[in-house]
Amino acid sequence: MNLEPAMLYPLAAVGLFAIGLYALIAYTHLLRKILALNVMGTGVFLFLIAIANRAPGPVPDPVPHAMVLTGIVVSVCGTGLALALANRVQATTRKMQLPNDEEGDA
Amino acid sequence: MMLWETAPWMIWTILLPLGAGILTILFRRAAPWLGVAAALGTAVAAAGLAAQVMRGGSLRYPVGGWGVPLGIELRADGLSTLMLAMSAVIGLGVSVYAARYFSDEDAEDAKDDFEVQQHRRAYFWPLWMFLLAGLNGLFLSADVFHLYVTLELLGFSAVSLAALTGKRAALVAAMRYLLVSLLGSLCFLFGVVLLYAAYATVDMAALAELAKASPITWSALALMTGGLLMKGAVFPLHFWLPPAHANAPAPVSALLSALVVEASFYILLRLWFELFRGVVTLPAANFLGLLGAAAILWGSFQALQQRRLKLLVAYSTVAQLGYLFVIFPLAQIPGVAFTAWSGCLYFILAHACAKTAMFLAAGNIAHAAGHDRIDELNGIMHSLPLSVCAFMLAGISLIGLPPSGGFIAKWMLLDAAITGHQWGWAILMLAGSLLTAGYVMRVLGHAFTRVEKARPLHRVPRTMEWTAVGLSVLAVLLGLLASRPMELLRIGAPVANAPAAIDTGGQR
Repeated sequence: MNLEPAMLYPLAAVGLFAIGLYALIAYTHLLRKILALNVMGTGVFLFLIAIANRAPGPVPDPVPHAMVLTGIVVSVCGTGLALALANRVQATTRKMQLPNDEEGDA
Repeated sequence: MMLWETAPWMIWTILLPLGAGILTILFRRAAPWLGVAAALGTAVAAAGLAAQVMRGGSLRYPVGGWGVPLGIELRADGLSTLMLAMSAVIGLGVSVYAARYFSDEDAEDAKDDFEVQQHRRAYFWPLWMFLLAGLNGLFLSADVFHLYVTLELLGFSAVSLAALTGKRAALVAAMRYLLVSLLGSLCFLFGVVLLYAAYATVDMAALAELAKASPITWSALALMTGGLLMKGAVFPLHFWLPPAHANAPAPVSALLSALVVEASFYILLRLWFELFRGVVTLPAANFLGLLGAAAILWGSFQALQQRRLKLLVAYSTVAQLGYLFVIFPLAQIPGVAFTAWSGCLYFILAHACAKTAMFLAAGNIAHAAGHDRIDELNGIMHSLPLSVCAFMLAGISLIGLPPSGGFIAKWMLLDAAITGHQWGWAILMLAGSLLTAGYVMRVLGHAFTRVEKARPLHRVPRTMEWTAVGLSVLAVLLGLLASRPMELLRIGAPVANAPAAIDTGGQR
């Protein structure tokens, strides 16, 4: 099978997305879950960068670059919020993972 | 009148709440006033936009004068205007309620110390205003990437609002909600990226022209739909919704159940009926319908078994969301597609009003009793007649009894199912109504039970009682005032009843 270098990046991106998804489901530690989401995000961004390179001529397509920048900003905000919440969860439950019991009390 | 007719109302529906959100951070004391004023202004802007769309058909607005392909364009057609108007009305009601709720010294949990209450008050208003801005931006998006960004904005404010009480149950529920929400939006984003890879555009109108059945389009559709099903809490991905909605303060539960979950469904409608209308197949549509069927049955059964009032109402949301998904198989039948489409949109409106009223009423009851254990609510009717009345009227609309909005919506969906010979879906919807009646009556049964000596209750402010009543009356009145919304949802509708009559569904 001859693998073109241009295909390497999209494939790696899909791989990163899959690894992140696996880690998100498999691990219970909240920090690992947040990191897993970041790995998935990186997969998507890598895919975008790979598409940008596809444009004809020496100049890459700027639209995916703009999307990656926006995506990074959103992802940083999401990570910040998730870390803050995880911190509060740890402070109240004394564990860095979500308990199995649901629904709480009145 | 010139200004009323030509003003760019679209942009105001986003700018007003966004600006108010920043102002409520700076001026904490005036935050309730600012919030209610911004909600009122947004409602005026939504009314202005509705008038424009009714008169001139669908609109597009290039932000800052930069249009497609470089800039962002906003788009308003019948569907988005209807959703915008709905969120404006609900938002106004909830703002008025919240202004009283968060300023009450002995709010739902009198045992909380003063500092916690201060915190809640300080954070509710900015978060709610940002949520409204994100929501309106989402309804007006004309491209899929903008949809992703607004979806995230909406998700972040919704999660923070769900964690507002700062209690263990609420924090755990919010954390789970955030993880699901982030995973859902990442899947959605991956779908957007695949679409851009295949068609080199993110504009929805352009994509609708270009999209054709191919593995990459199917993958994009599957990823985006999967992500939205997670965010939209469709069975079996609903596990995060009941604890997140039930452990939030009453106005927040109402917003999350009536507006935030529906936003994901709105995007699904856009994808399935506009973007991918040439790509979706009947088996795929039937699959979504079956998920909806499972949601109706499972959500209703769970609601019947709950011991806490707010959890009952939250499981009712899971069940009612199931009804919306019946549209996917029904709209595949050419003869009744538009009937099913109108029924589904009307269902969103009726459910939003009824569910807001129900959560606000449940909040009042919990406030008065100091708890929301259903078995111990006997005789609450005598001390809180208005709130129980609001709960009852909202229940009438959820069950679908005439003349409520829920009745009209279910009638149209049933009409579509029966005319299209889809007996299975018809029976399912009727069974769902019976189950709804079951769990509403369970609460009312306890509320109307006569007790020898009533227990002392907290006083509930009048504003909080009357906003719940107002919204529940609106949910019932929607059945009588159906003509205007019906006219609006016809504008730019992507489906029509018969293949030959497609042009009547377009712009007038």
